[in-house]
Formats: sequence, C-alpha cells, structure tokens
Amino acid sequence: MAFGIYVHVPFCSSRCGYCDFNTYTATELGDSVRRDTFDDVLAAEVRFAASTLGDGVRAVDTVFVGGGTPTLLGSAGLARVLEEIRAEFGLAPNAEVTTEANPDSVDERMLGELRAAGFTRISFGMQSTAPAVLRVLERTHTPGASLAMASAAAREGFEHVNLDLIYGTPGESDDDLRRSVSDAIDAGVDHVSAYALIVEEGTPLSRRVRRGEMAAPDDDVLADRYAIVDELLARAGLEWYEVSNWARPGGECRHNLGYWHDDDWWGIGPGAHSHLGGVRWWNAKHPRTYAEQVSAGGSPEAEREVLTAGQRRMERIMLGLRLREGLPMEEVSASASARVPGLLAQDLLDAAAATDGRLVLTAKGRLLADAVIRDLVD
Amino acid sequence: MPVEQPGSTDPSVIRNFCIIAHIDHGKSTLADRMLQQTGVVDGRSMRAQYLDRMDIERERGITIKSQAVRLPFRSDDAVDYVLNMIDTPGHVDFTYEVSRSLAACEGAILLVDAAQGIEAQTLANLYLALENDLAIIPVLNKIDLPAAQPEKYAGELARIIGCDPEEVLLVSAKTGAGVHELLEKIVRDVPAPIGAADKPARAMIFDSVYDTYRGVITYIRVIDGHISTRERIQMMSTGAIHELLEVGVISPEPLPSKGLGVGEVGYLITGVKDVRQSRVGDTITSERKGATEALGGYRDPKPMVYSGLYPIDGSDYPELRDALDKLKLNDAALVYEPETSLALGFGFRCGFLGLLHMEIVRERLERESNLDLISTAPNVIYRVFSDDGQEIVVTNPSEFPTQKVAKILEPIVKSTIILPSEFVGTVMELCQQRRGTLLGMDYLSEERVEMRYTLPLAEIVFDFFDQLKSRTRGYASLDYDVVGEQEADLVKVDILLHGDPVDAFSAIVHKDKAMAYGTMMTSKLKELIPRQQFEVPIQAAIGSRVITRETIRAMRKDVLAKCYGGDITRKRKLLEKQKEGKKRMKMVGRVEVPQEAFIAALSTSDAPTKK
Repeated sequence: MAFGIYVHVPFCSSRCGYCDFNTYTATELGDSVRRDTFDDVLAAEVRFAASTLGDGVRAVDTVFVGGGTPTLLGSAGLARVLEEIRAEFGLAPNAEVTTEANPDSVDERMLGELRAAGFTRISFGMQSTAPAVLRVLERTHTPGASLAMASAAAREGFEHVNLDLIYGTPGESDDDLRRSVSDAIDAGVDHVSAYALIVEEGTPLSRRVRRGEMAAPDDDVLADRYAIVDELLARAGLEWYEVSNWARPGGECRHNLGYWHDDDWWGIGPGAHSHLGGVRWWNAKHPRTYAEQVSAGGSPEAEREVLTAGQRRMERIMLGLRLREGLPMEEVSASASARVPGLLAQDLLDAAAATDGRLVLTAKGRLLADAVIRDLVD
Repeated sequence: MPVEQPGSTDPSVIRNFCIIAHIDHGKSTLADRMLQQTGVVDGRSMRAQYLDRMDIERERGITIKSQAVRLPFRSDDAVDYVLNMIDTPGHVDFTYEVSRSLAACEGAILLVDAAQGIEAQTLANLYLALENDLAIIPVLNKIDLPAAQPEKYAGELARIIGCDPEEVLLVSAKTGAGVHELLEKIVRDVPAPIGAADKPARAMIFDSVYDTYRGVITYIRVIDGHISTRERIQMMSTGAIHELLEVGVISPEPLPSKGLGVGEVGYLITGVKDVRQSRVGDTITSERKGATEALGGYRDPKPMVYSGLYPIDGSDYPELRDALDKLKLNDAALVYEPETSLALGFGFRCGFLGLLHMEIVRERLERESNLDLISTAPNVIYRVFSDDGQEIVVTNPSEFPTQKVAKILEPIVKSTIILPSEFVGTVMELCQQRRGTLLGMDYLSEERVEMRYTLPLAEIVFDFFDQLKSRTRGYASLDYDVVGEQEADLVKVDILLHGDPVDAFSAIVHKDKAMAYGTMMTSKLKELIPRQQFEVPIQAAIGSRVITRETIRAMRKDVLAKCYGGDITRKRKLLEKQKEGKKRMKMVGRVEVPQEAFIAALSTSDAPTKK
C-alpha cells in the first residue's frame, strides 16, 4: 500500500471569489502568522509525525504540496520542507513529488529551483483562458500565463504537468470552454483536472448570486460542459481515470489515487487531513492555532474519527466508483447488488465491465455518480 | 339570598334561555357579565370567558361544547328567580347541537354586534329558535364601541324579527351597561317551563362532555317528572340502563343535588366513558315506571365530509390512533377507520360533520397529542349507481367505480349568505361558478343583503368560504344546511406519476372542472418533485383518458465534481446526509418523491382555486 504525505500551505496573495478552501491572505492573517518562517513550522510537524510513527516510519511514495498557494513559500521554503520529509521518512524510488502553483507566482528560475530540489510534478490553477471568466473568478493571472508556465515546467524537466480547469462559471460559453480545453491540450500537459464551479455558501460569489448579479450554473449546462471537456480531452489522448480527472497513460496523479484507494497518508499543515489504517484525523484549521500547537511540540490534531467497518465500506464504494478502474462487485452488499441490473438498464453502469465483475460508470453514469453511489451503499 | 334548592324549584320561577350570537359578537363576555351580576362568580375568581373550557375555544373565540349555568336572580320586584343560561355552539357544523340546546329553552337572546349587524349563522340559528317557538329578546352588544351604529342595526333586527326598534336592548357586555335590564327582561318575557311533575320522568340530553376524572358529564333539561339520584336511568334510544352516580347543577362549578325537577337544567354522571353512550338529543327516563314515549327530535350524528388524516412522520401512526380513540370519547360525531395510502402511508379515513369540525378535530389532535398531520382533500358522500342499478356509497375517490355509471347523486345544501350589497355581483359570480342556484334575495337594510342559494356541498368544502371571504373583504357570512341530493355529472380525476396513480391526489370533481383540477395538480407537482434520473410524465386522467400532462425532464447531473483533497470525511458525511434524505423519500413506482412534495401539494394554503 502506498504511503503519502500531504503538505498544506494556507496562504494566498488574494482571495478568489469562489474559493472556500482553508487559505488566508496576508491582511487576513495580520502579524499572527509569519509566512517567511512557516516552513519551519511545517518542518516541525514533519518531525513530529516521524517521531509519532516511530518504527512505523516508511519511505514516502508520494508528496503533494497544496494550498492555498504553496509557491508563496518560495522555492527555498518548499525545498526546505521536502528536505525534512526526505530526512525523516526518506523518499521511495520514483517517488511522485507534486506542488500546486499559481501561474503568476512562479517564473522559469523558480521552476528550475523546484525541479532541482526534487519536485517531479507541478499543477497550475489555470481555470480558464477566457479573460471574462477569469475576471468573474477573480483570478489575477493573465490567460496566457498558465500555458506559458506549463510549457516552461516541461522544459525545466518536470515529468508531469497538470492544469486545473473550472467549467460552468457564470458568463462562460461553450466556446470559451472549448478554447480553454484546447489551449490546455496544446500546452502539452499530461494531466487535466476539470471541476464544475460550485457556488459555496459564504463565498463572495454566493453573495453575488444571491443578490441576483449573476446566475448560479445550471445543472443541464454543467452536464453539457462536462461532455465537452471529456470529448475534447479523450480525442487528444487524455482519458478519464476519475470523474474529474483526465491523464495520458502513466500521467495519473499517484498521490490522489492514494486518497481514492483508501491508502495511508499523513497531512501536514493547518486543516490537513490524515488517514492511517481506518483512523482519520485533521489538524487545527487556523494557521495561528496550528502554529502554536506545533511550536509547543504537541500535536496539532483538532479531531479524529475511527471508522467503523460500515463506514470504510461506504467510503470505498464512494471513492472507488468514481474511478475508471471501478469497483469490484464484491464490495457492495447483496441488497445493493440487486440494484445493479437496474443501473445497467439505465446505462449508468458499464455492461462489459459488469460481466468482468467490476462496477464502472458509463459517461452518463459519471454525471450521475452520486445517485449511483447512493444506490450502491446501504 | 334565599336560593331555590335544585330538585324542588317551582317551575314558575325558572327561566331557561340561550344566547344566539355570531363568533366575536360578545356572547362569552355577556355570559361572564351575567355570572358576575347575579353574584355566582365574584370579581376575583372571574376569568375571561369563564364558560369556555378548552384552550382551543378560548383561542378561536368560539364555543364548541355548550354548558348550562344556574343563576339565582332577585328581580326588581323582589322575586327570586332561577335563570338557566344554556350556552350554544356558534357554527354551521353544529346545527343539530344548536337545535337541541334551543329545545332545552323557552327563550333566546339574539345578540348582535352593534358595529357589524347580524351574520348568516346567527340568522340561521334565529330561524331555528323561531321554529322552536322561543321568545326572542333582541340585543345589540358593544354599544360602547365608537363604530357602533345601534340605530341602524336595531332597525335591521326589528325588521327581521318583526318587532319595534325600541324593543331592541342596548348592552355593553364589556362595561356591564344594560345587563341588569336584560336580566329583568328575561324574567318578564321568557315563559316559565311547563311540564307534568306527576308523569314518568323525561329529560332531554342537550350536551355530553367527556371528563378525564368523572367520565361523561351529560347535560339535561327535565321536561316531565323528576330525575332522582336514588333511581337508575334509561337511555330511550338504545334502552341502555345506567347507574346514576351524581346529579346536580352548574353554578358555575358543579353542585350535586338530590335530583332535578320539571323545567330544571343540570348535569348527571353515570360513569360511562364515551359520549356515544349518552347522545345529544336522546331522552332519559327512569328505569322503573319509565316513560314509554321519547321526546321528539333525536337524530344520530351523521358525518357529511370525509378526509384522510395521516401523520407526517409515519412512525407517529400509533400515537394518531391513540389520539383519535381519546378524542372520540368526547366527540360523538367523529368516525374513522384505518386507511393506507401509497403516497402518505398509514392513516385514517375520518368522517366529520363539516369543514369546521374537521379543522377542530385536526387541530385538537395536533395540539393535544403533539402530532404533525396532513389531510387529503375533503370528500362528500356520493351515491353512485351503476348500469345494473347497483348503488355504491363513495366517501373516498378510491371507491369511485371504474366501470360506466348510470347516475351519481351528490349532497346539496341550502345556504344563506349575508353580505354588504356592494359585493352582491362578485358573490353571485362565485356561486354560479360553484354550480349554485339562486333561491332568493332580501335586503336586510339598504346596505345589507341576505342571499339564499342551493349549492353542492362538494363545492362548499372546496375553499368556498375562503373565496367568499376574500371576495367580500371578510364582510360576508355563510350558513348552510344539507337539504338533499341532486344528480350531477361527476368524474374521478387521477393524477399519474410516471404512469402510476397517486391515490392521495385523486379527486371527484364536476366534469367541467376536471381539466382545471388536472392542470392545477400537474403543474404544482412539476414544481414540487425533484428531477429523477429519467424523464417523468405527470398526467391527469379520467379513467384511461389523459386530459393533461406535464413532464419533469430527466436529471442529467448529480455528481460532486469538486476536489475536497484528503477530506474524505466531509464527502462521506455529505453522502450519509443524502442517504438520509433518500430514506425520507416515498417511492411512487420508480419515482422518488419527497414527503414535503405531497404535503405541499395537499396544503390548503394554495388549495385548488376553481375556475
């Protein structure tokens, strides 16, 4: 079973209107948390994790630095954290080491430094190449920046490059989306994630929707947009391997697959989630609380849950069914499997896969994945 | 003050009277004031509307269960009288109970708000009182109000009962002004009861109330003979014999006595636990040497309107059953039997005297047993005759025959509507839409009109009253009485969801209104039912013929296309919540329908407005 480490960097230069992630701007944090020494705090939790695991420490198969905007730590800061992981845990041969990046917070020099420090994969939040869409999303980068940085990353020797897309933004047209997908393909990346815009409660975007300034994305439109993304990417050789993720063969994100395969990982950083053998826990969410607890030498854990067998099974179905490899039929209960023929008849599950004993979503089923999952859990 | 002892009161000093009044016209306040002025209640223990027992009555300002209070009163010429004030229910559904209360009296106070004038139900009850040959004392109340128009309404009352406007007493129950004069007029104008003291005992039950501690308390008026605690009594309609545990008068708390004599009004307790064993209108006699002939006018309470009553939370079904069983003890008119609905689960088919009765029952069930209930559209009693002459009584759309019918009879009512003359046009239009026939129209005064219509009861139970109120800005009042049946061209409209009929939405309507009902329900349901993984047609059909159709398009996207990273817990909890939501869904064939959709579709707030 693979073992991963996730590192959360809770900083952004500015807050995007749709975002509800655990991230903070300099103004929001004030003097309470210092960015320039935050790598020390993260490194301290790495050491805490290693000492907690003791004999259980094993080489890390995947590292993923996410946020927020990890690149706000600078290449030196990111290198420092990775160095600590290498020192305390060791990296497995061919380890996948990813960082997320904002197109306008990196340059070629920095990409070179990150690659040299051991990062093998980089993921840019491109979202769209339509200027109007980027404005609605309050993204600060220019339409071309992501594409330029994706190409630069390949040149600097990154083995894998991902671009994140968001579809269904108010004001986005089908053509806007087609162009964005084509641009991503043309940039030569081997991985694309595409997420439907979700208007999350409490975000500035949700307030604008409530005030009637813009319309929330319509489900039918989102379905059409998903079909556009899937078709264009598949035609370019990027196949879906998870409902929202497409890759060239070998380009799948191994770290994320770890989440979906119910593997083990340790989450470093404020609000980060961890999973070890059926126990999940998560850290204090606010960077200040987190930093205080780690600096005091204690655990930053906020809460934990010990999963029951039923919950683990439910999670395996919930996560596994979203993957192209699907789910072995034995994973669902007898009563749930009685509903499989109905799902096959509705063209929600793939008939050929079913004869091989696997439950795999069809294209139609992917769009109704939650409904299928509800049918297959008890 | 010398008080005549109950059981041996000389009939010549007894005055039995009731108060006929519309809701809010101040009957309870006047009763309170009389209690005070005759001294049976002192000011300190006075509480507003002393005679209204139940919370629900106090809140709605209406009296459902009447009671009788014995008031000793010394008149100005120094005679000690015994006044029995019999409180009457004030609504259309309780006409029979009203008629029995009236039958226990020799006189009636016609109490009318001096700012509003007489209302339809008051007028109907006045006619009942006149039929019973009661002496009528016309009274205008609330003369202290700035909006009072005593002259105008005295003229109106005088015209209706055929007296002189000067004979109308002016009273303010609130301040007490005119109440003493009223009491004096009662002893002067209301005849003393007449009965044969030496004949076998005959007493009429005019009310019957269940009390948790004492069992059923039966209110009676002795006509002939004497009811004595030493004797067992017999209910003449059933022949049932009961021990007499207690006899007494209410003044205003129960006051046991050795018996009750001719003309007296009081209560008795036999230990029975169900008001059905002591029915309003029945005659009580003594077991030994009892009367052979009952007093006239007894009638079994007969439900006129049926509706399904379901707990919103299906697991509350046993509580609903217990609550109905309990309520039945105090409500001889309530009937019910278990019923199962595909859409609503387990519930009861209940029969009521009318709409108000239905509302009161529902409210009491909800309040006293803390239940949330949903009721299906009210249904009247149809008699359907098939081609081979077979008769089917239909109280539920599900009983409507599928084969061809020869004839359908529906109940009709004679209704009285009193309204300001400016609204005559719009009310005529409403009555016409509701298949009404105008019987006559009279001007009570220049501005107020009494209209009489024959209307199908089914049209009245379908939000007629709300429509009437909204068309007349609340100024119209309505009374009706079921008078018979008429043949009507009725059909059953079914609502089909993905081809499966939803029983709770079926309705029996006039052929001309089937389309309107179908369109209303299908468009409502289209809004209420969430999209499914497949296209769902919603159809309204008469038999196999579809008359209207809406379509809920198939849901195409139901997936969380978002990355929550390693926060699997959040995802799982979301799924668990969705699963919970799914459990609360009812399956109609393959269609998942949220319980709320059924409730919203049946809710009376946007009840069918017919065209």
